[in-house]
Amino acid sequence: MTREIFLVAYEGKEGDSGLLDYAITRAKRDQARLLLVHILEWSPYKFLTPQEIEERHARRKQEMARAQAAILDPALARVTAAGISGEGRIRYGNVVELVADTAREAGAAMIFVGRAGTQSVAARIFGSVPIGLAQIAPVPTVIVP
Amino acid sequence: MTRSLLLPLSAAAALTALPARANTVDEAINAAIGSVTGPFVSFIFSPFPGTEFPWIVLWLVAAATIFTLYFGFVQVRAFPHALALVSGKYSDPDDAGEVSHFQALATALSGTVGLGNIAGVAVAVSIGGPGATFWMILAGLLGMASKFTECTLGVKYRNEYPDGTVSGGPMYYLSKGLAERGYSGVGRFLAVAFAICCVFGSLGGGNMFQANQAHAQLANILGDYPGWITGVIFAGIVFAVIVGGLKSIAQVTEKIVPLMGVLYVGTALIVIVMNYDRIGWAFGQILDGAFTGLGVAGGLVGALIQGFKRAAFSNEAGVGSAAIAHSAVRTKEPITEGYVSLLEPFIDTVVICTMTALVIVITGVLQVDPETGTYLWNADLGRVETLGDASGVALTSAAFGSAITWFPYVLAIAVILFAFSTMISWSYYGLKAWTYMFGEGRAQELSFKILFCLFVVIGAAMNLGPVIDFSDAAIFAMGLFNIVGLYVLMPVVKAEMHSYMARLQSGEIRRFH
Repeated sequence: MTREIFLVAYEGKEGDSGLLDYAITRAKRDQARLLLVHILEWSPYKFLTPQEIEERHARRKQEMARAQAAILDPALARVTAAGISGEGRIRYGNVVELVADTAREAGAAMIFVGRAGTQSVAARIFGSVPIGLAQIAPVPTVIVP
Repeated sequence: MTRSLLLPLSAAAALTALPARANTVDEAINAAIGSVTGPFVSFIFSPFPGTEFPWIVLWLVAAATIFTLYFGFVQVRAFPHALALVSGKYSDPDDAGEVSHFQALATALSGTVGLGNIAGVAVAVSIGGPGATFWMILAGLLGMASKFTECTLGVKYRNEYPDGTVSGGPMYYLSKGLAERGYSGVGRFLAVAFAICCVFGSLGGGNMFQANQAHAQLANILGDYPGWITGVIFAGIVFAVIVGGLKSIAQVTEKIVPLMGVLYVGTALIVIVMNYDRIGWAFGQILDGAFTGLGVAGGLVGALIQGFKRAAFSNEAGVGSAAIAHSAVRTKEPITEGYVSLLEPFIDTVVICTMTALVIVITGVLQVDPETGTYLWNADLGRVETLGDASGVALTSAAFGSAITWFPYVLAIAVILFAFSTMISWSYYGLKAWTYMFGEGRAQELSFKILFCLFVVIGAAMNLGPVIDFSDAAIFAMGLFNIVGLYVLMPVVKAEMHSYMARLQSGEIRRFH
């Protein structure tokens, strides 16, 4: 029997510890695998100076290495220590769209997302990741407080 | 950003009443620089034997025409594909986070869209008459093929370093590309000659002209005051960015400049619509003037020379500068960057410059003799009589102001921001040429950056005449060496183009979105 995949939209912020714990608990109970997705916010329409353009490829490599080492690796270590199979992915772009896309591509059964940061004024005006996912997620989505 | 703008404005205003001694500084700089640059300018703009046409303008236009024919009107055939590339339809999602085609285009445009589109067009129309607009548009359309050629080569022959950074541009395709074809000595010579001209171009058109026109705009609003004061303030801000690494100023400017561009074109459209009853007449003036000169001294040839000169100065097609900016894009297909870059002269010249010219013609700031219906020629100034005797950016400002009274203030801010963003872009192009010649290193970079800031002061202090002449000469001189290399390497571009188009048609290169 193929095990279900639970996708965790993992920012790596302080409040995301509870999100990961909850996802691990649910994955254990349902014998699912965890797919941790970390999105680096990026727009192909953001304006760059010539100097930034020259350095962009090198910076991208640094940003991905940093995200892997500082965010995904420790989280995956916790997943593995809990006896769960897990993998991580880093992607660039719009958080909401990419989480939904990745869930679709990976055939995830469920999405877990944290609520940290949704109290800010900006999040209330422009919308937050959980609100965005509530609108476009292709599978059931759990918002973890 | 608002604070950083207000500070120079108020400081300049406070210094307006400085004694005549300050003007003496201006005059001294003018005399010293003018005597040095004079022979260089005379050589670059000397007429082609037996004609009145400057040989260098003929050189650029002939190249653009040859590339247009050689690549089978690529600017027309590839235009829809260029739009698809910019909109990201062919961008692999796995490459997200790298420089996109849109970003490379926008950054290259921020280096070209600026005072050439505002002040340069005013100069062209006031000297060459409305007919200059027609030739400017034609030069813009032809220039798309030159840009396509040089930007493809810029990506193909760039240097990629182990740390992931890249350096590209004519210096590299001239040396590496020509070496590949067995002309390494010639290639090296052309690369160094180009680099020398690029340094001059960055100090001239990319710096002095910008500083000069920014000062003109400030003086237009605040009242006349010595140019070196604007120069010192501008130089301080440029120094903070390029030497002090104060990226926040550059980043804010880069964000505001595109908005200013949209605002400028939008306002021009409003002015044109406000004068809708004169639109047909204005186009008639442009077409008549293109072939008859409408009585403007110099006639057809005068209009043609001015149109071609201003288009080349504005969109820099064939000059090689854009190849430096475009070469950093992460793409497996160099030709895609060529396709994207051909949009640059279209946006810069065919759209934005034409808007400026239409506003100047349609608002009637060029004075017409009521009896003969021809333009009043001022032989002393060598141009058409204008409303309030304005020239350059002041003429464009007067044209917009005649329809929307408050717009000159917005234009003043736009001019200053355009000038600043162009300076930042050109400081980078000049630096790349400088380090190509003298090697990478902190001392080499710092020496160029300090020189660049010094030229900001010189540019702001000089009269318009010597500054524009030197700016033109330095920029056109870059095209002299670049185009020799483009002729030798154009078969490489053609091979890339055929290979890419074949794979595109077979479906090997696919759309992702």
